[in-house]
Amino acid sequence: MKKNRTKQGYLLNTIVIVALFALFQVLTAAMGGSGSFKLVLAPCLWQCCYLIILAASLNLVLGFLGQLSLGHCGFMAIGAYTAALLSLACERAGVFEDKEGPVFLAVLIGCILAAGLLAALVGLLVGIPALRLKGDYLAIITLGFGMIIVNIINNLPFCGQDGLSLGSASSSLYKNGLGFGSKGKVSYLWVALLVTLLCLVMMFMFIRSKYGRAIRAIRDDEIAASASGINTSFYKIMTFSYSAFFAGVAGALYACANATLSTSSFAFSNGGILNSTFIVVMVVLGGMGSLTGSIVAAVIMFLVNYQIKNGAWVTALPAAVQGVFQYPMLVYAIVLIVVIMFRPKGIFGSYEFSLINLGRDLKAARLRKAAERAERKEAKAHA
Amino acid sequence: MPEKKLPVLETKKLGITFGGLKAVQDFNIQIYQGELVGLIGPNGAGKTTVFNMLTGVYVPTEGTVLLNGIPLNGKKTHQFVAAGVARTFQNIRLFKQMTVIENVKTAFTKDIQYNMLDATFRTPKFWKAEKEMTEKAMDLLAICHLEDKADVIAANLPYGQQRKLEIARALATNMKVLLLDEPAAGMNPTETAELLACINTIRDRFGVAILLIEHDMALVMNVCERIQVIDYGQTIASGLPEEIANNPKVIAAYLGE
Repeated sequence: MKKNRTKQGYLLNTIVIVALFALFQVLTAAMGGSGSFKLVLAPCLWQCCYLIILAASLNLVLGFLGQLSLGHCGFMAIGAYTAALLSLACERAGVFEDKEGPVFLAVLIGCILAAGLLAALVGLLVGIPALRLKGDYLAIITLGFGMIIVNIINNLPFCGQDGLSLGSASSSLYKNGLGFGSKGKVSYLWVALLVTLLCLVMMFMFIRSKYGRAIRAIRDDEIAASASGINTSFYKIMTFSYSAFFAGVAGALYACANATLSTSSFAFSNGGILNSTFIVVMVVLGGMGSLTGSIVAAVIMFLVNYQIKNGAWVTALPAAVQGVFQYPMLVYAIVLIVVIMFRPKGIFGSYEFSLINLGRDLKAARLRKAAERAERKEAKAHA
Repeated sequence: MPEKKLPVLETKKLGITFGGLKAVQDFNIQIYQGELVGLIGPNGAGKTTVFNMLTGVYVPTEGTVLLNGIPLNGKKTHQFVAAGVARTFQNIRLFKQMTVIENVKTAFTKDIQYNMLDATFRTPKFWKAEKEMTEKAMDLLAICHLEDKADVIAANLPYGQQRKLEIARALATNMKVLLLDEPAAGMNPTETAELLACINTIRDRFGVAILLIEHDMALVMNVCERIQVIDYGQTIASGLPEEIANNPKVIAAYLGE
């Protein structure tokens, strides 16, 4: 009976997703030509897509496995450069000429997959030594690895210090390779959405299986986990590598959405949105151990970032506040502090949003609230 | 005659040194199938250290642990479990944020056959394995009278039930020897009686060997067939419960001379 409910849930999700996707296609067909969609909404959606994948994949390591990793952007950089270089190589070899047709699509999918696989491989190599450590030490070593990866890319002759824009590879990813200009961003938006969706499905399936149970057990009590027959180092390294795979995929999407690649955008000291700590903030904000929470938090943080940089209302604020907005990291910190004060476990905690259980969960939440209120009332009456 | 059979669990001259401190020395024990052996001793005698060596948490500095005659030297904890040694902990170690049934299911992990692709694509193999596992897990919960708590978060269980859940989780590893580290600690008499019934059910149904550390002497004298006493890391007596109860060395160790 329970299994049936799970399957019904899958069915419901599939129906809703297909419906949303169809609606999206209709909308793009209708508004795809308009300037604001092409220049604002589509790039924003691309950005949201890779941020969602990044946050959710880091949640596997941080929220479910319980290990603090600060080098997630390193894997993203690997993915971005792999995808960009591979697509450039394909173009030079004459596999595709303009960014249209099934051949280009195949190259695009191939590049995204290759980006993920290479990142996963590096994740494996980094994970084997790094995951012998725990807690703060692991955080430091992953931070170091993230920096090392970025530096290595910097010094590779075919990547170039100044990124792909000035390096040997190409003048601009928009002209060559898989970068999409504003038109391409609209016509290939469905690829980004589909890839994001597939990544999320893969992560959910991973969490809701013996693998998910094993890594949550490791998070809760590592000694007890190994005393229950779980090979803790195997599961830790596997999860780390699996998470790096998705970071690589996110990197490939990033490469698609940008005209140039530069390692400074993946560097730890980078104050922008692509920063390993920023992704950690997203995970904590959404709730460690909730993939749906990460999705919501990624979108929220993207909106915060976008608004303080581009929002029209910013100019109306006093100069002092605008001064703070010059330093986005400061704003993220404030957002994080506020959320932690009111919801210490993040917005979602470890709750997963699900369509089929929505009614039941809402009812349970209402009952809990009522019980809390009654309790408080009783306590007051006592006093 | 049980003595003629091969013991399920046997240690030979097991010992461990921490720095200059000899925590346990020359520890020999044989446990046969279906037997319930008690390991007692005053606080700090080294009982839990013995358990940690029997499960691969500590690496003994000398001696060997044999399971069905096969030495387990150099193996890691999860390999000890795979070989058939399961344990509970003195200070309860549950997977606190997971539900009761998930706690038990986690211990089945090593025996589940499906792989990553089965899990990602939700193949029939996946559903079959998960279904079988849920049934087995409910079965084990029923033994420990926890079946109606299956979907409760483990941290929210009362103390006595947490202890029982730990035993249920250990049972799920499909073990040959079960090591129970003070299962009755902090329990009231009713809970202890329930625990006793639970232990007896386990012996009857699974025919496993059990090694029990316990401070509740009434419980130990009641259920154990043999008792081994250690003090300052050394075995000072072993034998039948009544022999132990009258052994002057044991009385001296517990009460002082």
